[in-house]
Amino acid sequence: MEKTQLNFGFIPLTDCAPLVVAREGGFFVQQGLEVTLSREPSWANIRDKVLFGELDGAQMLAGMPLATTLGINGIAKPTITAFNLDLNGNAITVSNALYQRLLAADPAAMQTYPVSAQALKTVIDADKAAGKDCMTFAMVFPVSTHNYALRYWMAAAGIHPDKDVRLVVVPPPKMVTQLQAGNIHGYCVGEPWNSQAVKLGIGHILITNYEIWNNMPEKVLGVTQKWAESYPHTHQSVLKALLTACQWLDQPENRLTAAQWLAQPHYVGASLDVMKMSMLGTFQYHPDQEPQSFPDFNVFHRYAANFPWHSQAAWFLSQMLRWGDIETAINIRAVAQQVYRPDLYRQAATALGIASPPLDEKIEGIHATSWTLNEATPPITMGADQFLDGTSYDPQHLADYLASFTIHRRSVALADLKRRIPTSPAFA
Amino acid sequence: MHSPKLNMKLRVMLIDDNRGRAALLQQALRDAHYEVVAVLHDDADILKRVQETPVDVILIDLESPDRDTLEYLSTLNRESPKPIVMFAEDDDSTIIQAAIKAGVSAYVVDGLSHQRLKPIMKVAIARFREYQAMRAELDKTRNQLAERKVIERAKGILMKQKDMDEASAYHALRKMAMDRNLRLVEIAESVITVTQLLE
Repeated sequence: MEKTQLNFGFIPLTDCAPLVVAREGGFFVQQGLEVTLSREPSWANIRDKVLFGELDGAQMLAGMPLATTLGINGIAKPTITAFNLDLNGNAITVSNALYQRLLAADPAAMQTYPVSAQALKTVIDADKAAGKDCMTFAMVFPVSTHNYALRYWMAAAGIHPDKDVRLVVVPPPKMVTQLQAGNIHGYCVGEPWNSQAVKLGIGHILITNYEIWNNMPEKVLGVTQKWAESYPHTHQSVLKALLTACQWLDQPENRLTAAQWLAQPHYVGASLDVMKMSMLGTFQYHPDQEPQSFPDFNVFHRYAANFPWHSQAAWFLSQMLRWGDIETAINIRAVAQQVYRPDLYRQAATALGIASPPLDEKIEGIHATSWTLNEATPPITMGADQFLDGTSYDPQHLADYLASFTIHRRSVALADLKRRIPTSPAFA
Repeated sequence: MHSPKLNMKLRVMLIDDNRGRAALLQQALRDAHYEVVAVLHDDADILKRVQETPVDVILIDLESPDRDTLEYLSTLNRESPKPIVMFAEDDDSTIIQAAIKAGVSAYVVDGLSHQRLKPIMKVAIARFREYQAMRAELDKTRNQLAERKVIERAKGILMKQKDMDEASAYHALRKMAMDRNLRLVEIAESVITVTQLLE
């Protein structure tokens, strides 16, 4: 092994769990690694410190290695991920005042699950007609899963997120304060910051990102391409430690221990009650409601959760193009292949005797319930993968997928994009 | 981007959750003849304040969680970005050295003396402007090139399908664009898309 002492960055959120468990549960030590975890105040810091080598790697938003490779809003430096840390884990919360307005505006829509943004659209239209200022919604980072999930949810109901509302970025631990201060009307954030608002009685959760896209990839372990090339054996040991940690973490009987580790002030620093909510497979949408069973709210290993699908990388790229974050015609497939590295994942999984998907991409939006990936040996049980609006996404037809969005802020011509996407079946 | 008049003080917005340090920094900035237009702490609606207050430069703690908020500001204000200067307590930090070398962000060290602050701010702003000018030039060239290619392609399609010469194909595209109140490149794009659908 080239390097055994490592420093990984994380953000105080429930889904830093794989890193915390790998350290506290001794999974890093088992692989001969001595790992320090560094709590970082912002995603911008995470990115800069990984790019400049101050951190060996970090918990990153799933779209972040793609964005840093392309140089969106910063320095371009090839970054990769061979490991998806978790699925789902986010939700959209609104203030009590807005919740009451939504209920009054469209009671039927508010009682149809999953809750669409239909009632919000009615309220926005009424505000527009009355000449009022538009409402403010927050998410956590420009290229975040939260940004794309929130935009997807709004646009599916005919709301243009760049014209009909004002979107802002607020750091996760500040969401609740900002909602309380009335600076924002709602937000999309990871746990425990939705449950916190419900517990304090200052907000209602409308929908989880699981309900927007079932088993949506969330955070990844990001490292620079140079780091991965300089320390290939170390990287494999890290992947093995994280795989075993995630396997452990997805055993329901271990979740309470994990929640106790996470609640500590040097990790997430939230009350154990709040941490336990989603981690123990329950979720409470409203202050006056009993917690409901929601076993897939946090998925850390099952459904091949840790596998970095090229098709999911391409989905994030499609949304970056849809909303104008990518301003040049890129070869979507080539970027997805360069950044997401299933080959490295398979190497680690095989060494541990864990089955991996033999394919690099799959069609999303076609399974309403659990299904079996028969191509794997042994076959793998996979989770549902439906989108809120019932559409499907075929990575073979990316330009058509992009063309299907009537609400967008795309600045790249589809014709240009089409020419840059190779049509060879190699990506099938 | 506009440059402040020579006799005008540079307007600075300071974002720091640490109120004590913010007060010291504010004093240092004033001593160095900057105009501190706003000092923001944790409960402020930062984006709103930045958008409503005319500022020339934003000064923020490297360790502030609000850095992510400012990241979004740069995506909102792609046309008129504001220079952001970050400061840190520790000047051994490799991230600071590397960032300064990369020329994208500038960082000042928390020495707080105004003699130290002024040259660093100056260099930071100058470097920011240079970088912006370079980027704008690059983006312009890149976009023009991409658009020209799309138009050329649509022209080719019309020439082939309608048996037109180059000049008539170009005029046909221009007329379609004018009739529909669209840019030439947008019409060219739909010509290409339609052809592909019919193929």
